[in-house]
This record gives sequence, structure tokens and C-alpha cells, in this order.
Amino acid sequence: MKPETIHFKVDARNLSCPMPIVKLKKQINTMEVGQIVELVATDPGSQSDVKGWSQQTGHELVHNEQVDKEYFYYIKKSK
Amino acid sequence: MTAEKRKMAIIATKGTLDMAYPPIILATTAAALDWEVGIFFTFYGLNLINKKKYKKLKVGSVGNPAQPLPVPNVVGALPGMTSMATRIMKRWMKKSNVATYPDLLQAAIDSDVKLFGCQMTMDVFGMKRDDLIPEVGDCLGAAGFLNYAADADITLFI
Repeated sequence: MKPETIHFKVDARNLSCPMPIVKLKKQINTMEVGQIVELVATDPGSQSDVKGWSQQTGHELVHNEQVDKEYFYYIKKSK
Repeated sequence: MTAEKRKMAIIATKGTLDMAYPPIILATTAAALDWEVGIFFTFYGLNLINKKKYKKLKVGSVGNPAQPLPVPNVVGALPGMTSMATRIMKRWMKKSNVATYPDLLQAAIDSDVKLFGCQMTMDVFGMKRDDLIPEVGDCLGAAGFLNYAADADITLFI
């Protein structure tokens, strides 16, 4: 389910691997546990990247969806 | 569960534009995954951290039958062909929204990727510490680097 509250947004549109997750990591570093960040990307490769990133870092990918050519990811800082 | 950081060590031995991408992309990605990463630049890989050269990396069109736009070697050897091949590659990268090598290098630095120079090949090429970008850490020998890589989960030779 798309989260009700989004605390931060990262715009990674028109950026290819690895920039979407590099920017995501940078944002997560500034956040508090429990806060949610929305990442928007146009790179189709970001789908596997964000999933892999979430598994490796332990931050939960709460929800993701695709609207036209944009991919939306909602990640909760989990630790 | 112990959250010990995964560690990756990369040996970067090539200095052409096309070969600059694999080590730097893997390193910045691993850093974004919260891994510890170190790159050991040796031989032509030193170009990637050389102050004067890292912004002017080139890719040639001679002797590379794998390239997407095949050019006979005898044509690829003509003056201007290396510049053209480099321009074309940069254009493709831009069109696909891939960051430039200098931008990726900066992203790596910002993500605390460790950069090591290979002292031996620096000596071979007459490169001094001062020729390298200031963000380079120690200049190691083979044993120094192997000591770093010994407890790495992944070690890559590029």
C-alpha cells in the first residue's frame, strides 16, 4: 500500500544506474528510523536495483508502482 | 544478527574510457549498498585517478572487434579516429543518461570508496603522488593491497 506520510522525496528521473540508488542511500543517511522516502526513477533497471538495495541494506521497500514511464518506490528507513 | 559490513576489493588495470566504467559503477553501487569498498588502481588504471588524465579518458577503434560500430583496423588507425570513437561513446552514454566518469568518480569519493594507487606501477610510469587526485589514500604495494583484500567478500580484477 502506498504510505500515507512521505517524509522525503528523491528525484532520480533521467538518471541511469547507479545514480538512483546512490541518491537514495544519500537521502536515507539523513533520515530517522521509521521515516519514509519516495524515490522516482525512469530507469527500468532501477526495479532490480532498488529491490537488491533493499535486501542488502535491510531498509524495507514498503511499496512500489509504475505510472507510465515512471517508477515510484517507497522505502522505510528500518534501522 | 551481526551487521558486519560486506567488503569488496577491486583491482582496476585499464585506463580507457570504456573500461573506466565497470570499476567505478560497481564501487559506487556497492557503497550505496553500505558495503566497504576499495579500488586498487594499477598499470593503466592509474589514468583513472591521475589529475591530468581522468577527465580526458579515451577509447580507441583499433584492435577491438567487439565494438558496436565495427571499423577496419587500418581505418581505425587513421588520425582522428580515436577522438571520434571517444565522442561516439560519450554521446551514447549521455543518451542513456549514464553519468560521466568524472561525476561517477566524485560520487565514489562522496560515498567513501577507498582509492589506492599502486606504488610499483606509479614508479614504472614515473607518476608521483602529486600527479594523483588528492582523494587517493595510500599508495600500496602488492602485499599491502592483498592485505586489504584478504578479508574482502568479493574481489574483482578489471
